[in-house]
Amino acid sequence: MRQLKKPLVLMSVAFMLLSLSACGIQPWVKPYHRANLANEVMQYDRDPISDGYMHHVRQARESARGAEGAGGGGCGCN
Amino acid sequence: MPKVQVEAVVAVTNARISLMHIAKLSNQLTMTILAVGFFLLSSLFSPLHAAVLPEDRADIMYHRYDGGGMVIDGPSVLVRKNIADKISLAGNYYIDSVSSASIDVETSGATEYTEERKEYSFDASYLKDKSLINIGYTSSTENDYDASSVRFDFSQDLFGDMTTVSMGYSQGNDDITQTGNEEFSEKLERRHYRIGIAQVLSRNLIANINYESIIDEGYLQNPYRFILIDRISAYELDEERYPNTRNSDAVSFKLSYHLPWSAAVKSRLGYFTDSWGIDAASIELDYSHKLKNRLLLDLRLRYYQQSDADFYANVFDVNTALQTFVGRDKELSQYQTYSIGLGASYQWNFRGIIDKARINAQIDYMLFDYENFREVTKATTASYGIGNEPFYNFNAYALRLFFSVWY
Repeated sequence: MRQLKKPLVLMSVAFMLLSLSACGIQPWVKPYHRANLANEVMQYDRDPISDGYMHHVRQARESARGAEGAGGGGCGCN
Repeated sequence: MPKVQVEAVVAVTNARISLMHIAKLSNQLTMTILAVGFFLLSSLFSPLHAAVLPEDRADIMYHRYDGGGMVIDGPSVLVRKNIADKISLAGNYYIDSVSSASIDVETSGATEYTEERKEYSFDASYLKDKSLINIGYTSSTENDYDASSVRFDFSQDLFGDMTTVSMGYSQGNDDITQTGNEEFSEKLERRHYRIGIAQVLSRNLIANINYESIIDEGYLQNPYRFILIDRISAYELDEERYPNTRNSDAVSFKLSYHLPWSAAVKSRLGYFTDSWGIDAASIELDYSHKLKNRLLLDLRLRYYQQSDADFYANVFDVNTALQTFVGRDKELSQYQTYSIGLGASYQWNFRGIIDKARINAQIDYMLFDYENFREVTKATTASYGIGNEPFYNFNAYALRLFFSVWY
């Protein structure tokens, strides 16, 4: 049953956030003030080909996995 | 184990298996409802600003990992192209050429081996107003392990594009065989559930929280790895026995801060726990600096630690070797990893079909320091005695040299 709960919790959280978006909250950082945020030095995964490789290197040598912020799947790394 | 106790364990296991089947069917139904729900929800919110597709770019890379008796290198090519600013298609081809004389190979007395793994993947992203939907497929093949996975990810910009909520699901199916054993054939199924939130906090600060739950069912051990049993005068090797299920939860918290000059500091905290008793934590600190829009420099520091699995032991005695689950994978032991990474990129700008091109070099140097996994070889056992070999550690580097073009 633990497995069943997770998707339901995820769906509830996402639904709550999507519902809140209709409440008219005004953005406190205007789009024209986001130049620094758009600078590529701010990106976590600036080069997907290199970052994906490092995820694979760690996945094969560390037990921790997941929450990298990108899609994943079987790695075939026994 | 007494007979009555064994029967009770079997009865409980059967009941668990039945419940797992019910949960599995319910999960699939729930995920279908989830996907349909999101498509419907995404069409309800009228957008003011649109999300963006990933940039058109192509990368070709040489990668090399060297450490712990293993050398793994090969090429990788990644190409992404947008169509009508609505759909983005990406394809990746990747090869690992492995030459291994790792400590596991030495301990078991096997000889160095070579093998090759080929992987290709495709992704298609669809942009609709503030919503981005991605579906993808990955296939990996080697002589004794075939893995394939499909994924579905959805993200939605909210609150004047200050917040991005993303969630996804992937399912992987692996087919495992064993070289030299024609009768050996096992399967493994993986299911990933993930959700993430990216939040703009100020003109210079953005935060990310990600959570991912992974459920594995099937053959999780390595048919080539063995446990060690202490027979007083020598080690006896026996096959590992892992549970057929593994559930894990991981959460990460990331902050990225733009400095007053063209540079940023980024941090990542990660926490992980699983049903095998492994708890892990990691911390990473990055600094990226851009010089005159041409040169990009990176510095990364990372620390990782984990506790051992409930059924892990460096050496089993004759009694503990009989317990239900036993394993001696060093990735199940208690250890730490320290790493430092450096990177440099140089960019050329163009006007025409190609917008810019960049040459990149990234290297990460890692130290793996094991606390209850010993370096068992014929030489160390002869020198130090059974169970007294030195704890294992090794250094490794991961190099990426790649060329990128934006068009």
